[in-house]
Amino acid sequence: MSKLSLRTYTLLQTVTSVGLSAMAWAVTGVRPIWSGSEPSDRQRIYFANHTSHGDFILLSACLSETERAKTHAIAAAEYWGKSRLRRFIAQDMLSSVLISRTWTSEAEHPISIMLSVLDQGHSLIIFPEGTRNTSDELLPFRSGLYNLSMARPDVELIPCWIENMSRVLPKGQFLPVPLLCRVVFGAPVVVGPGEERRAFLHRARAELLALNPRPDRDD
Amino acid sequence: MRHEISILIIGLFVVLSTASVTAGILSMRAPKPLSATLVNLTQRINAWWVMVALMTVAFFFGRYGMTILFALISFAALREFVTLTHSRRSDHWVLLGMFGIVIPFQYWLVWTAWYGLFVIFIPVYCFLLMPAITALHGDTERFLERVSAQQWAIMISVYCVSHVPALLTLNVPGFEDRNLLLIAFLIIVVQGSDVLQYIFGKLFGKHRFSPNVSPSKTWEGLIGGLVASSLLGALLAFITPFSPLQASAVAFVACTMGFLGGLVASAIKRDQGVKDWGHLIEGHGGMLDRTDSLVFAAPIFFHIVRYFWTV
Repeated sequence: MSKLSLRTYTLLQTVTSVGLSAMAWAVTGVRPIWSGSEPSDRQRIYFANHTSHGDFILLSACLSETERAKTHAIAAAEYWGKSRLRRFIAQDMLSSVLISRTWTSEAEHPISIMLSVLDQGHSLIIFPEGTRNTSDELLPFRSGLYNLSMARPDVELIPCWIENMSRVLPKGQFLPVPLLCRVVFGAPVVVGPGEERRAFLHRARAELLALNPRPDRDD
Repeated sequence: MRHEISILIIGLFVVLSTASVTAGILSMRAPKPLSATLVNLTQRINAWWVMVALMTVAFFFGRYGMTILFALISFAALREFVTLTHSRRSDHWVLLGMFGIVIPFQYWLVWTAWYGLFVIFIPVYCFLLMPAITALHGDTERFLERVSAQQWAIMISVYCVSHVPALLTLNVPGFEDRNLLLIAFLIIVVQGSDVLQYIFGKLFGKHRFSPNVSPSKTWEGLIGGLVASSLLGALLAFITPFSPLQASAVAFVACTMGFLGGLVASAIKRDQGVKDWGHLIEGHGGMLDRTDSLVFAAPIFFHIVRYFWTV
């Protein structure tokens, strides 16, 4: 890429990221609650519950400007790669990384794509439920979280509970209802010695659920 | 009017400075680390500086400033109310309408001084049409609870709050072009009463007023606060169309309503299992924590002035 277009590209991403964070604040008054971890420049994988397209915008609005610039959300290529416009929004404006649920070649393997991002020293936002959840229960986790942690044990896994986004921008809706949201960042989850995949995924899911500040709510 | 406004601004400045200096001295003398009450007191006073500054700026922009400021207050209050109460996926369009249609339309009615529609738009049209939309969506799960919460949300956060800038539309003979001072009077007296009740309660409070609803409200705080704010009302008679005696009576009614507003807000919060409505204002909580008294006082104050003082 030429120097000029690279600069335009970075500028576009900065403007989008600042603009979206400001909008997220105006609509949801979003506040981070650090409960078990602290803001840090360590390399991390933030994993969160997923109910809305706004989820990762809210989560990244809680990070510092520098952290945000090197944190990429993992998004489904089936949705975000469908048209040129969607691809432009996802990749160029939001600097997310697209992975395919139905990969064919080894180069398209979601784990190798995510590892290559981590190997650039960047952080990730992933939604281990694998899809936007429309039920009241947190869905079982996909294995990615475990595989990533086994491959890169130095990267911290931070559970993040995103509150209320299912009401702000439910699946299938375009306009957000302004409601107050919080993102609760919990203590890092570590794969125990000899812990097998399913037990770990079960525990990670429980740790994320435990962060819900209002578990009594059933909406 | 310029003369009265200067006096008000100087007065508020003196009161806030005294409060800041007092809190500073208390904090210096108190054992470290400071008690939660003292930290909170300092936060509250600092937030008052910001709120008074914002109100003053809005004041200088007159009718524009007031209408926009209170529309924004309605937005923040409605957001807190709806966040706290139950809603379902099928309520999405009704909730959007509350923010995107009800708030702008109600404040447009204030702006154009269309009194006839202003007083009935929410209690009649929204009251009937919103549950109709919800029913048309076909989701009956906890129906009554959902539509009631929506009604309460817009009545409290939009309808009641909009009565503050609506004071600008009243035509009080001999008081032309000075209606901004009615807003100043209402806000100073009602918010002053909150502060005075807090002070009297902290200094002399012994007997809980309603332990089940709000543990911080005491009889001593209530009586001290109401008497003091009625006196404050009389003192401020010079900025109003009222005589000092009338001013203290109006202030008494407004502050009693304000107290009841705080009580009802506490009951809702307790029912929903939270301590504060939100976190918008450091040390105070959310927008509704600061405006719950104004919400109850404004419509009554509006109608008292309209009934007895306008033609």
